[in-house]
Amino acid sequence: MSALTDDTLPVTPRAMRDEMIVFAAMAALLAVVPFTGIYPFFVMQALCFALLACAFNLLIGYGGLLSFGHAMFLGTAGYVSAHALKVWNLPPELGIVVGTAAAALLGLVTGYISIKRQGIYFSMITLALSQLLYFLYLQAPFTHGEDGIQGIPQGHLFGIFDLSKPLVLYYVVLVGFLAGFLLIYRTINSPFGEVLKSIRENEPRAISLGYKTDQYKLLAFILSGTLAGFAGSLKVFVAQNASLTDVHWSMSGEIVLMTLVGGLGTIFGPVVGAFVIIAMQQYLAGFGQWVTVIQGVIFVSCVLLFRRGLVGELAHLLRRSL
Amino acid sequence: MQALYAQLLVGLINGSFYALLSLGLAVIFGMLNIINFAHGALYMMGAFVAYFLLNLGGINYWWALLIAPIVVGVFGMILERTMLQWLAGLDHLYGLLLTFGIALIVQGVFQNYFGSSGLPYSIPDQLKGGVNLGFMFLPVYRGWVVIFSLVVCLATWFLIEKTQLGAYLRAATENPTLVRAFGINVPRMITLTYGLGVGLAALAGVLSAPINQVRPLMGADLIIVVFAVVVIGGMGSIMGSIITGFALGVIEGLTKYFYPEASNTVVFVLMVVVLLVKPTGLTGRAA
Amino acid sequence: MKNTISALLLGTAMALSVASIASADDKVVKIGVLSDQSGLYADLAGPGSTLAAQMAIEDSGLKAKGWTIDLISGDHQNKPDIGTTIARQWFDVDKVDTIVDVPNSGVALAVNNVVKEKNGVYINSGAATSDLTNAQCSPNTVHWTYDTYMLAHATGQALVKAGGDTWFFLTADYAFGAALERDTTAVVLANGGKVVGSVKHPLNTADFSSFLLQAQASKAKIIGLANAGGDTTNSIKQAAEFGIVKGGQKLAALLLFLTDVKAIGLETAQGLNFTETFYWDLNDNTRAFSKRFSEKMKSGAPPTMVQAGVYAGLMHYFKALEALGGNPHDGAKVVAKMKTIPTDDPLFGKGEVEANGRVTHDAYLFEVKKPSESKGPWDFYKLVGTVPGNQAFTPLDKSTCALLKK
Repeated sequence: MSALTDDTLPVTPRAMRDEMIVFAAMAALLAVVPFTGIYPFFVMQALCFALLACAFNLLIGYGGLLSFGHAMFLGTAGYVSAHALKVWNLPPELGIVVGTAAAALLGLVTGYISIKRQGIYFSMITLALSQLLYFLYLQAPFTHGEDGIQGIPQGHLFGIFDLSKPLVLYYVVLVGFLAGFLLIYRTINSPFGEVLKSIRENEPRAISLGYKTDQYKLLAFILSGTLAGFAGSLKVFVAQNASLTDVHWSMSGEIVLMTLVGGLGTIFGPVVGAFVIIAMQQYLAGFGQWVTVIQGVIFVSCVLLFRRGLVGELAHLLRRSL
Repeated sequence: MQALYAQLLVGLINGSFYALLSLGLAVIFGMLNIINFAHGALYMMGAFVAYFLLNLGGINYWWALLIAPIVVGVFGMILERTMLQWLAGLDHLYGLLLTFGIALIVQGVFQNYFGSSGLPYSIPDQLKGGVNLGFMFLPVYRGWVVIFSLVVCLATWFLIEKTQLGAYLRAATENPTLVRAFGINVPRMITLTYGLGVGLAALAGVLSAPINQVRPLMGADLIIVVFAVVVIGGMGSIMGSIITGFALGVIEGLTKYFYPEASNTVVFVLMVVVLLVKPTGLTGRAA
Repeated sequence: MKNTISALLLGTAMALSVASIASADDKVVKIGVLSDQSGLYADLAGPGSTLAAQMAIEDSGLKAKGWTIDLISGDHQNKPDIGTTIARQWFDVDKVDTIVDVPNSGVALAVNNVVKEKNGVYINSGAATSDLTNAQCSPNTVHWTYDTYMLAHATGQALVKAGGDTWFFLTADYAFGAALERDTTAVVLANGGKVVGSVKHPLNTADFSSFLLQAQASKAKIIGLANAGGDTTNSIKQAAEFGIVKGGQKLAALLLFLTDVKAIGLETAQGLNFTETFYWDLNDNTRAFSKRFSEKMKSGAPPTMVQAGVYAGLMHYFKALEALGGNPHDGAKVVAKMKTIPTDDPLFGKGEVEANGRVTHDAYLFEVKKPSESKGPWDFYKLVGTVPGNQAFTPLDKSTCALLKK
């Protein structure tokens, strides 16, 4: 198997410093968004998807596992959070916890099943599992089928922050995103992350070195699913609904596309990719089904022309890891 | 009990489509090491070509059975020449991503021009009507689908396992460099194989046109089920994918009778069970 | 490609200040047609709904009376997220007052919440869910054209009265199908009929043969199709294959549109029964409107009931605006006014907007003609029966709408 990313620059203090500078710049930029006149709902949505793409990237970019079913975590956490908020009347913080926990549990079960096969089989299995869940959610009464769960109360986070105020909600989502992002960053640079990368590069070798690779892969899968679920729970507060769209295979495809556009295995790539794709959807909405065609064209050209993605190509030019 | 026979027979019909499609996937995977995500889209194109032939050219169903696979096969070969061949040597995942992109493009274009609701294609006159089998009323067309796809599947199996050409093909899968040394044009063989696999998908599309509406997304959901079929069966053997296809159709048919609510999930559930019990799939070798 | 341009404008408008509109005089309204422009519902709503809205603006004559009426359109792509985002932007940035059409129940309910929050006006014509005027009703919402209760009720009642007293249901296994089956069953029983069985099939089923075999074996006189879209067309098509209609059983589609009949073809669809609230060939008024409409449609298609509902709903909205005389930006107030005026338009006839937002108008049971009876490309239906508006829709005392409890 050839590596997914050919820039395996060593993690040096300098690289870490560069990344922290970029991270600080990104955080500062996002923090001033509400004062620029950019429509905040758009940015909030993009942030949720950015976190989702980062979680997905943890698996593909660092574990070499292409999950074609990540929408199942987004949707599951969304449904569970929405149900918890609306029917059980839980406060927002508990709603998020319950939703994320549901995604974690789902990650454990689906991860256990899907890591039994490698490569493309893994992708097909995750796709099939998410389709299975799609049908279950379609039929389950609590999801209200294609009507979805609507009018979800936003409530007060910790009893203090009024989430129905767009500005408050924006910063809560931003903090959630940054926390998730840092957790992923930390994971990648931990010993665990190093083992994961070695599995991506050469699994038989990692096994021969005595690593129980299946356990590492399962753990990575659960972590990725949990964070994707966290993004799904946050999104419930932004969209105020939970619907079947979020569990559909086309959503899984979009997650892959975001990460591919930004750059597989780059730290900031998924964020950039998510903003690009969400912006495209918003501004090209009038083109109807051509949006699908455009997405297809981007897929094809990414694979054929710039496999490193936007951030990956930039990093390659600058000889920096980003 | 009578109803049960009927459901078994009906299951075989669905199984024909699974078999044709998973067979095509297996043929392509064997040669190109690519999981063809565009398979569903190409199946849809087969049905559309049949529709165009009839409505624009007045060319009937029987000719469509021949022409549509060729047209779509050529389209597939162009895809292979212009795009897929550049992925040789890269991680297999890129093949999946590329073909997924192609599927989006093809389906999107068709949706733009033909909407989502579907176009009618009627059963050819010769196959209209039905026979009363005693335990059920079997439309002649359904019987035709089962028999015809069985013949096509077996012919494909024969071609690959029992002929000289098939021998080259299998050899090239194992060791392309060596086969090239014998003076055989391996890239051309790869292109033809992709055309063959894609042609099988188009053929399934033509077969399904009179049963289902001809619509742009007709293959999109089907392909995911076929993926599960492929995971269950493994892609190691041609016969394996044929048998798994038909078998799963029958199991699905039985589910429709005993517990219809689960009939669209049963294949996925089976996939999970097989993965837990025999992770390599029923007939397959590891990827 | 007006919708394309408007969508692009939507983007640029975000950056521009729109304060100028807010300070203009109070006879300015902006209407947004939010629809599915290219997916499953594009043929029965989509661009045709935008055209219907344009025609309503022209026909209202409000422009001559000093009103400025702007129209934009958007594509929700059948995704609730995209639908709500567009709706929010329309209210916040583009200063839209009224949203119309919105097919797809999931998106329709999501948009319902946004319109309520922003105190706009919501005239839905495209969605089937009766929740819009029951559990999730809103003081800002008017629901035109049809809903699941009406479909079940009108079809069930008319068919049982015509002798179809034993039923078997083919039901899509999700909330929508279950609601249709439940409501129809109640009507069938109330009218002295009997339900002999039902089978649930998964959504987007390609092959209905197993289910049709069970329906055939049940010997029921009527096979009720409690499903929608591709499931309905596929089950009709395959029922023909199994010789079900020829064998003496009747098919009743509980939700079917003109465009679906076109897609199935008369050869296969003949003899099919179903309910709609508008058909282009009903009377002189509908024919005159449809003629003007289809001349402007690229495909030359006549209006569907959803598109007709967009027209009629807006015409009624304009009447309310005229009655108010100006200041149209308080959505709840405008809708309250709409409820005080009886509806009367050339397409749906007389009716009223009830307190829960439901518009009641006549519903018609149609049967699809034989190919030999059809005289033109869109000559599809024979009228079998009419259910008066006050009997077709949910009676107010059965509505669960919270607005009624005040």
